[in-house]
Amino acid sequence: MLDVGTTIERLDAEPVNSAKVRQPLYAPRKKIFPKRAEGRFRQFKWLVMLVTLGIYYLTPWLRWDRGAYAPDQAVLVDLANRRFYFAFIEIWPQEFWLVAGLLVMAGFGLFLVTSAVGRAWCGYTCPQTVWVDLFLVVERWIEGDRNARIKLEAAPWSAHKLALRTAKHGIWIAIAIATGGAWIFYFADAPKLLGDLVTGSAAPIAYITIAVLTATTYTFGGLMREQVCTYMCPWPRIQAAMLDESSLTVTYNDWRGEPRARHSKKATAAGQSVGDCVDCNACVAVCPMGIDIRDGQQLECITCALCIDACDGVMDKLGRERGLISYATLSDYNFNMAIATAGGEVAVDPARVRTAQGILRADLAHVGWRKVVRPRTLVYFGAWSLVGLLLLYGLLSRDRLQVNVLHDRNPQFVVLSDGAIRNGYTVKLLNKIPEPRTVVVTLHGLPGGEMTAIGIEQPADRSFAVRVEPDRLKTVKVYVAQPAADVAGSIQPFRFVVEDKSSFETDSYDASFEAPNP
Amino acid sequence: MSGKEIDEVSGVDTTGHEWDGIKELNNPLPRWWVLTFYATIVWALAYTIAYPAWPLIHSATSGVLGYSSRGDIKNELAAAQAAKRDYVAAVEAKTVDEILADETLRQFASAAGAAAFKVNCIQCHGTGAAGSAGFPNLNDDDWLWGGKPDEIRATIAHGVRFAEDDATRTSEMPAFGTILEPAQIRQIAQYVRSLSGSEQDMSAIGDGAQLFVANCAVCHRETGKGNRELGAPDLTDAIWLYGSGEADILHQIRTPRHGVMPAWAGRLGDTTVKELAVYVYSLGGGQ
Repeated sequence: MLDVGTTIERLDAEPVNSAKVRQPLYAPRKKIFPKRAEGRFRQFKWLVMLVTLGIYYLTPWLRWDRGAYAPDQAVLVDLANRRFYFAFIEIWPQEFWLVAGLLVMAGFGLFLVTSAVGRAWCGYTCPQTVWVDLFLVVERWIEGDRNARIKLEAAPWSAHKLALRTAKHGIWIAIAIATGGAWIFYFADAPKLLGDLVTGSAAPIAYITIAVLTATTYTFGGLMREQVCTYMCPWPRIQAAMLDESSLTVTYNDWRGEPRARHSKKATAAGQSVGDCVDCNACVAVCPMGIDIRDGQQLECITCALCIDACDGVMDKLGRERGLISYATLSDYNFNMAIATAGGEVAVDPARVRTAQGILRADLAHVGWRKVVRPRTLVYFGAWSLVGLLLLYGLLSRDRLQVNVLHDRNPQFVVLSDGAIRNGYTVKLLNKIPEPRTVVVTLHGLPGGEMTAIGIEQPADRSFAVRVEPDRLKTVKVYVAQPAADVAGSIQPFRFVVEDKSSFETDSYDASFEAPNP
Repeated sequence: MSGKEIDEVSGVDTTGHEWDGIKELNNPLPRWWVLTFYATIVWALAYTIAYPAWPLIHSATSGVLGYSSRGDIKNELAAAQAAKRDYVAAVEAKTVDEILADETLRQFASAAGAAAFKVNCIQCHGTGAAGSAGFPNLNDDDWLWGGKPDEIRATIAHGVRFAEDDATRTSEMPAFGTILEPAQIRQIAQYVRSLSGSEQDMSAIGDGAQLFVANCAVCHRETGKGNRELGAPDLTDAIWLYGSGEADILHQIRTPRHGVMPAWAGRLGDTTVKELAVYVYSLGGGQ
């Protein structure tokens, strides 16, 4: 055993859900004071926080030139005009299935990620996790790390405590306001809205939205924290059904950790077998959920991996291999556990997983890419890609010029004085590009039929041209008349064809022409 | 209930209620829940003071905020009136032709006319303005009193054969049942049917053409094309107000029916009449 004689301070940390204590069904909350962790996962989480917060706060300020007839904000949900802009993509309400498709992709994406790397969403990118992390940064900065905070919490109220608490909550509320404030910029021109907000001339709904999101951010991120995940969020329950024996979870490898020994030298000297865990409680102290990962996989664990960092730090100091707590699959864990316990015959014996030289045996199971790439994840990936490709196809092949026609029902037809039959139609022309264009509407089929359009000065003809404003729908009332001699049957199918003569885009609508029964 | 009884397992005292040996624990409600409950009580009391609530003998308390749902409707109506004030003023000032030439104003007037039509006109002309026997179809291009925008407006404003209005449209066809012999009437009927190309019995026409010229051409002209000045319908087209069957035509020659339409100008006002005219004209048959 490579014990270099370093003493590891034992932290006084009690998990909130310890299995050893019989807890009543209703128990008051135990406050958690997560200690600052350092290590590669912490580094990665800082990066994720920077990227996710960056995306959230900066996106509304990106510009995208769409010409004179459309807003120049790269991402804009224009509720008043029912338009959604995302860079070069513009979505009308009837194209909302694209967004539904994205949600389906998000669903499959979560299945994929969860079955492969467990609750990575919870641990790294969930807004609750990111904002709690941010709020904890503030808390540590103002009040100090774990021990200082516990002390402050226990201390009687004083001017000093009041000042610290006021500063902390003040900064939290400022962050909360900035969070709610950033949200509304997605729904209006950001620079103009910022000016309006400051001068107090923005719409009331903007202020209400900021107020509501400020309240939820402050309450969830600052006050409720881990309780949101444990009690409010359905995802921990759902995810339990998606994990299998090959999913990565944060695992305490008791096959090398047990039996725990606080004084391993003494124990070794006494001839006892000791594991790598020195029971320093570092993993419990850093846990933002306040649990003890050594109790096994549990609902509360969001797999943020900070306990891995904490434990790796301790192992480094002790000169032992990292990975006493690590990402591992259940099958690997069981494989290694079988070695340590001789297939369940004996209690965990750390000597069984080590060679005579004291290093870990080479045949222990380790995490590898084969654990991630397996039929289940491939199926999820396939479904995810399929939906993505279908969406891409739908996006690229969608019409930017469309026609919809409503046939008058009352009356279905009108007999004119010369015996001709006339039908009325409401023709809706959709110009989905931010440029004005002239659309030619033509009759195909219906021999002898001619059109007149209300508001368009032109004698009856087989076609007419009409200007459609950029990004707008133009409704034209069209009357189609057919001479009595040409009427063939009580229902005649025909087609309205619309064309933009400059771009050659066309669309058509199959309509029917009704006449009295002969 | 005598004193406290502490449950051994949970360490909580019981309420003293017991059912078949099952006792109820007296767990306190969470404080946030109790506070919320009290807050709702305070809120409810304040609400009944601020808003109309407590019933009295003839009415109810009116609430210190002075709110009423009737007042809401009044405000909304006033807001709607204010929003369309400019359009209404423009309709008032312009002729029907001018309104039709202005795209925006035409759409406004047509929508307003459609609403007025649904209230005042559909009883006779139908919801689609397609009419029925005796009530003209307003979608077609056959107009007894003229299909130009202003002619339609005048007909709506002054009505048809409406005694109370001096400028009303009037025509009256004599009842030929007492003037001509039944055989002559039948000959005229056959001749009239031939004018519009309907099936007719050529052998039964006889003197029909001469009889028509002698008795009918004064109003309907020799060609049978009618005369709008006199309100005499065109007998050569495909549209028949009282039906094109032989029996219908015979009946109309013997004892003509004369439809009446009230004058609407006095009741609806000039502006609404103009809007109605725009709507009717936009049905597609206007000339």
